[in-house]
Amino acid sequence: MAISEVTVKNAELLAIDQINAAGGVLGKQIVPVVEDGQSDWPTFAEKSQKLISVDKVAVVFGGWTSASRKAMLPVYESNKALLFYPVQYEGLEASPYIYYMGATTNQQIVPALDYLKAQGKTKLFLVGSDYVFPKTANKEIKAYAKANGIDIVGEEYTPLGATEYGTIINKITAAKPTAVFNTLNGDSNVAFFKQMRSAGVTPQQLPVLSVSVAEQEVQGIGADVVAGDLVSWNYYQTTNTPESVAFVKAYQAKYGADKVVDDPMEAAFTGVHLWALAVAKAGTTAVEAVKAAMAGLTYQAPEGLVTVDGENHHITKTARIGLISPSGQINEVANSGGPIKPDPFLKTYPWAVGLS
Amino acid sequence: MSLLLRGPRVAPGRSRRWWLGFGLAMVLLLVVAPVALSAFRLGLLSKYLCFAIVALGIDVAWGYGGMLTLGQGVFFGIGGYAMAMYMKLHQAGAGHLPDFMTWSGVSKLPLIWKPFRYAWVALPAAVLVPVALAVGLGYLIFRQRVRGAYFAILTQALAAAFAIWLVGEQGLTGGTNGLTNFHELLGFNLSDPANQRSLYFVVAGTLLGLFLLARALIQSRYGRLLVAVRDGEDRVRFLGYNPLVVKTLAFAFSAALAGLAGALFVPVVGIISPTLVDVVPSLELLIGVAVGGRGTLYGAIIGAVAVNWAKTGLSEHFASGWLYFQGALFVLVIVYAPGGMVGLWRKGRDAVVGRRTTRPTRTTRTERPEPVSARTVELTSAP
Repeated sequence: MAISEVTVKNAELLAIDQINAAGGVLGKQIVPVVEDGQSDWPTFAEKSQKLISVDKVAVVFGGWTSASRKAMLPVYESNKALLFYPVQYEGLEASPYIYYMGATTNQQIVPALDYLKAQGKTKLFLVGSDYVFPKTANKEIKAYAKANGIDIVGEEYTPLGATEYGTIINKITAAKPTAVFNTLNGDSNVAFFKQMRSAGVTPQQLPVLSVSVAEQEVQGIGADVVAGDLVSWNYYQTTNTPESVAFVKAYQAKYGADKVVDDPMEAAFTGVHLWALAVAKAGTTAVEAVKAAMAGLTYQAPEGLVTVDGENHHITKTARIGLISPSGQINEVANSGGPIKPDPFLKTYPWAVGLS
Repeated sequence: MSLLLRGPRVAPGRSRRWWLGFGLAMVLLLVVAPVALSAFRLGLLSKYLCFAIVALGIDVAWGYGGMLTLGQGVFFGIGGYAMAMYMKLHQAGAGHLPDFMTWSGVSKLPLIWKPFRYAWVALPAAVLVPVALAVGLGYLIFRQRVRGAYFAILTQALAAAFAIWLVGEQGLTGGTNGLTNFHELLGFNLSDPANQRSLYFVVAGTLLGLFLLARALIQSRYGRLLVAVRDGEDRVRFLGYNPLVVKTLAFAFSAALAGLAGALFVPVVGIISPTLVDVVPSLELLIGVAVGGRGTLYGAIIGAVAVNWAKTGLSEHFASGWLYFQGALFVLVIVYAPGGMVGLWRKGRDAVVGRRTTRPTRTTRTERPEPVSARTVELTSAP
């Protein structure tokens, strides 16, 4: 399991502890079975099948990359079993057996673009890892840019795990964008930001807005390196709701006072609680009954009130633009004012016609 | 060549014992396993048997031919992608694009995909394209007398390049995701347990058939020649044979098996992705052959199944310990049991029965860890 995935697992185990401490669901304690997808998509599918047919679990919480979700999707659909996926993703999907706890495009990327536009950043450079999330996200970004008078002055991809960004940084400085939109995945961010700083590019001259860099990744990159840059998520450790304060406190009590929490962890935590609520409401863990109970279900999550969309299985989420501070924490600088309805196929956006 | 294919006679007693073993394996695979295993475990066994087919090919090329091929993933991948492309197109229906193309921004079906709409193109292509590639590559590589470690590095680089290309061409290949989400094959619903079971029999039957074919090949005069090329390529050349043809044939045979295994793997497992064709899975296949015992066809099969079985079992119990275990296993096998499991068993049997050697050719072979490459590297470096 990659580092970010371990923290998501920990957040899920915390939610299970909380539910069990409060008496469990339907009078029974939840017993977690942990399997490792080993960052290998076929293994995600194999382990899913094992959890369903050998362990006979009631529900599965997991997946990290979009590729892992795409590999698991047919397993859940053919077994008619439930999967809760905890990470923001590129949209254009709504499986009847998957619940999407992370943001879809219109709850993360579109608000980020709205923010950049409002700040007068009309020349964007797109940098991403070479896989489905950045490619699809950038396709959507380009459609948005076209309709909103934003110039895309460059678009570059590097293989997953790439660590050499000299050439790309040269291209960026030559293209003179007013902001960089970053969809790099994982460790590549460490190399990218460090090399940006060595090349003398500061966040003040050229802000980078990232959609895959959260508190966990900031620790890896080094807060001093990335301070002053922007991110877009639905939750930060600093999000000031009573539920968030309680979540951070409980997490640090269980795993250590120096531990940080971030958006995917919060989404995973929320997913476990939503499932337990749905089971309690349905009076059974039977999949179809739980699905019926999920529709329209609300939960006061650390990120604020979330409502499950019965149609597309996503949840309403508040978009938050954050500024990374030198302490490694992320401070909210703008938000959507309230939960945004999920629209994974961007049907309500005229500029997105023909994307899906 | 027809003369070459007639093999030497085998002693009747040995042959009877051999057929008994083969019959036992048949019963085990076709009767015991389907009865004893749950649908989930049987599905996993299907997957291991697909890898065993690749291992069989590797053993012919490496165990008997001395060609350390680290890039079988390429042929496996071509076979897998050919099958997956057919299934994807069939599922999308006429005039529609496969799902991943829509979200990758492709609006017109790429030319290379078009022939794969037809099963009669896609299925033969899964074997013939790898064979053509292996013949072309083999001809170029072996004509230059590239051997030993250089050949290994070349094939490994090929696997890495192929995987990087697959990731990069998302609109064409599905990128890192690979191709997944298949519902049916030739009209059979793949999520139906009865069909998964039939698929198991197809895979197991294919493996047994290919095993007999590989055995016939090895026991033929061609097989003798292949071993001779492995042990002394230049001597064979001086005798008037052309090692180029001998080696290319074995390499192409291994590619055909890998391609076929890839095509079977896709409906069994339900996904083909660049991680399956990269260097690491290619090495894992090789480790399977080494652990089982290279230079014995059944050893390769046993090794591939055992290593993959252990991989699943261990990863279910200690989530991340498998890779260390696999590394340690490989080192131990190379250092202490170069003949693999089969070699250990033979040694044990000989110790009990009190025979020093059963068959001189086999024992000397298993006791030498790397018979060809070390010597041939010397030879090639002195032109």
